[in-house]
Amino acid sequence: MIVVVDYGVNNLRSVVRALAAGGHAAELTSDPARVRQATRLLVPGVGNFGQAARNLATSGLDDAIRTVAGAGRPVMGICLGLQLFFPSSEEAPGVNGLGLLPGTVRRFRVDLPIPHVGWAEVQLTPDGARHPMLGPLFQGELRHFYHVHSFHPADLPPGVALATADYGGPFPTLVGRNNVVGAQFHPEKSQRAGIDLLARFVAWQP
Amino acid sequence: MLARRIIPCLDVANGRVVKGVHFESLRDAGDPVAQAARYDAEGADELVFLDIAASHEARDTTLDMVSRVADTIFIPFTVGGGIRTVEDAARVLRAGADKVAVNTAAVRDPDLVRRLADSFGTQCVVAAVDVRRIGEGSAEEPSTRVFVTGGRDRTDLDGLEWMGRLEVLGAGEVLLTSMDRDGTRRGYDLELLAAASHRVRIPVIASGGAGRLEHLAEALNAGAHGVLAASIFHDQGCSLPEARAFLRERGFPVRP
Repeated sequence: MIVVVDYGVNNLRSVVRALAAGGHAAELTSDPARVRQATRLLVPGVGNFGQAARNLATSGLDDAIRTVAGAGRPVMGICLGLQLFFPSSEEAPGVNGLGLLPGTVRRFRVDLPIPHVGWAEVQLTPDGARHPMLGPLFQGELRHFYHVHSFHPADLPPGVALATADYGGPFPTLVGRNNVVGAQFHPEKSQRAGIDLLARFVAWQP
Repeated sequence: MLARRIIPCLDVANGRVVKGVHFESLRDAGDPVAQAARYDAEGADELVFLDIAASHEARDTTLDMVSRVADTIFIPFTVGGGIRTVEDAARVLRAGADKVAVNTAAVRDPDLVRRLADSFGTQCVVAAVDVRRIGEGSAEEPSTRVFVTGGRDRTDLDGLEWMGRLEVLGAGEVLLTSMDRDGTRRGYDLELLAAASHRVRIPVIASGGAGRLEHLAEALNAGAHGVLAASIFHDQGCSLPEARAFLRERGFPVRP
């Protein structure tokens, strides 16, 4: 069963709908026991890192997500959901994330309006082009995805950044390692490109 | 590089899309859900839904319509009309909107903009500003007055000054409608757009007056981040794919 984790943030129903548009049923749940049984897991979300990390901890969803990731099953984070995969974020110093990916989350340091909002061109890195989930989707071309965020993944070790977008300089917007991937943008708001990306995640066998 | 946005707008009254001229003479222009589905299929970059009747009694009907439209599309979705409190906004967001647009309520209670930004983030708050020119001002600083309640009531606020204040209060973007041009198909008020884009750093979305594809290009050249259009798309005079192709040929970054 594909499970979408509900931890009290907005924007969850649209992820389920975008999966359905690609032909895939998913269960939206806040029950850690159901999350543990997921064959495939999505962690979406919009909001504040500190608040969301506390929600995950008090509900026991943090351990459930770690269990699924630790078992090698495919796990995908979206926007704040992805940011929570890192051990920490500049948005909430001292608050622990899930630590599924190495690196951190930093605020944009650019002389441009923050948040970064809009359809940005996304370009695969060489690692992304070799990634079985991404290479066939992009087919060597840029694709546009809808971004809404003030923070982004940073300080990544080699191999983790799979794609970048540009906002006063490149920033990682698709990341992953082993069975864990994440998008800083919103596939569920990115029309065909996003529906296809989610379908690719469902078909992916890491 | 961010793509320039082409944003169809559904002005909705009593469950139907309507279109007027200078905010008056409304006529029926179809079913909101069907129109939203068509725009999504044609590759709209966002969709704006303005409940222009926005009566208190019809609130649940509107929420139901918002939720049906949200279920139909996979693009960012802005909803405005009748949002007076943080709780009103929360209801619209729960129904599936990504952003809320405020106009009259922001003029009467400017702190509402700050409360909305604190609650949901600035990216969630669209300040809708309806203006008419008044006989003073220059090409660089056109003098306007802000109108509220669907264009019925004139305020003493100057359009450019009000936009500056909205940005400080926490608006994430401005939806700037020229009532002088609304429905005329004579093109956007380019002087006003240029002045607004200089005044604020947040994106300015041009609204009011689009009649031909050239008008979209003119607005982007004047500094608009996106173009809102109703008539030219509702009446199928031109399609969204045509508009994207037209803008791409002229060198604007748009989605494929």
